[in-house]
Amino acid sequence: MIELKNVQARMGRFELSPTTLTVKRGEQVILTGPTGCGKSTLLELIAGFAKPTAGRILLAGREVAGLNPSERGLGYVPQEPTLFRTMTVAENLGFALAARGRSKADIARRVGEIAEQLGLAELLSRSAAHLSGGEAQRTALGRALAFEPTILLLDEPFHAQDDDRRQQLRELVQSDRVARGTTILHVSHSLGDQTAEGVRKVRLRDCWKETS
Amino acid sequence: MTDRIFLIVLTILGSAYAALVAALLYADVAAMDTSRLPSLFRDDDLRSALILSLTTAVVSTTLAMLLAVPAAYLLARSRFAGRGVIEFLVDVPPTLPPTVIGLSLLLLLRTGVGREVSQIIPIAYEVPGIILAQATVGTAVAIRLLRSTFEQLSPRTELLARSLGASRWFAFRKVVLPEASRGIVAAATLTWAKALGEFGPVLIVAGITRGKTEVLSTAIYLELSVGRLESALAIALVLVLIAATVTAGVRRLAPAAAGS
Repeated sequence: MIELKNVQARMGRFELSPTTLTVKRGEQVILTGPTGCGKSTLLELIAGFAKPTAGRILLAGREVAGLNPSERGLGYVPQEPTLFRTMTVAENLGFALAARGRSKADIARRVGEIAEQLGLAELLSRSAAHLSGGEAQRTALGRALAFEPTILLLDEPFHAQDDDRRQQLRELVQSDRVARGTTILHVSHSLGDQTAEGVRKVRLRDCWKETS
Repeated sequence: MTDRIFLIVLTILGSAYAALVAALLYADVAAMDTSRLPSLFRDDDLRSALILSLTTAVVSTTLAMLLAVPAAYLLARSRFAGRGVIEFLVDVPPTLPPTVIGLSLLLLLRTGVGREVSQIIPIAYEVPGIILAQATVGTAVAIRLLRSTFEQLSPRTELLARSLGASRWFAFRKVVLPEASRGIVAAATLTWAKALGEFGPVLIVAGITRGKTEVLSTAIYLELSVGRLESALAIALVLVLIAATVTAGVRRLAPAAAGS
């Protein structure tokens, strides 16, 4: 479960209005709102990339203030894929598993599985620096899904995909949620994502405000 | 000023320094009777200086990089109390006259701690003195180069690695170091080249004893002081050749570090 209680953030002279939001365990919330409204900032606050200036963030009932990103146990797919460019696709997909000290055989098995699901099986040995936008985005999604996190933060993770691939990925994320009870907070402007079955749509109304 | 005149002035002034460097190289080569080079390098003392230069530069560069990589990474990534003081201190050596660094090192070796260390490893007027002098200057150079390398890497990549469960050390080893590798190799190469040519601090801390603490840079001084211009030129040519090779290598490895 993700709980935001009056969470605020500041960027220069701009302040994000207090935001309260709950995503129940196993639920997928599609977060919408005007561009530049602070949706990505909210995900970064949850992932621990930035600190809120006020309010509380709880993950699975645990207050995360003071926890660094590696201790939050969530999978995060940012809007820009931000792959590890010196690694291959396979190494990117297996990164979270290697960080957890899993065996090579275990990593290879899971990487093979996830690559098959995401249409990356042919690209496993390719350098992450030489991928198209869509391939990079699928690799970033696979990297976050590979370690089977209980919480998934997705920031426009399908926007560089064609319609068929987008539908396929949407179904993959949905089935993962149903099978494992993953809690998902998903920023998307796509009507297809917003109207997909079993999701709840939340629109951010109060955006960044300039402070005096 | 018209565009044409501006471009002409820009070209003349912009290429003036490159022309000076080319002229210096030409002067070195023109003054040298290259047919005598092989016989000069059969001289045991010069061969010994060459070997000592190459080995001390490798050791001092290794030491410099061991200190510079963590320092540069810390300064590029972290905000902590006393950061300004550390920044100031590591910025001081490159602005000091090299002889001042040498003198300060010699004085440091005369303090209580310096004496204690010298009892275990003799430093003043010994080979470790050369390494200490080269590493002291080289570390400051390496920190400057590496800091800019680390600052050019997006901190988001590292944060993302950590959000995937990586500890700081794992993220540093698997993500930061590989992404910085070209900059690190370029910094190490330039630090090595700087160590090879270091003169002032080496002269003061290690002195020039033939066959013992004489390196190429101090050998030039020694040869000139006894009027052996040809030997001095031969050594200078070796240093020029090494510098040119290193510069070409660095330009290939890390264009940004070489300024291209």
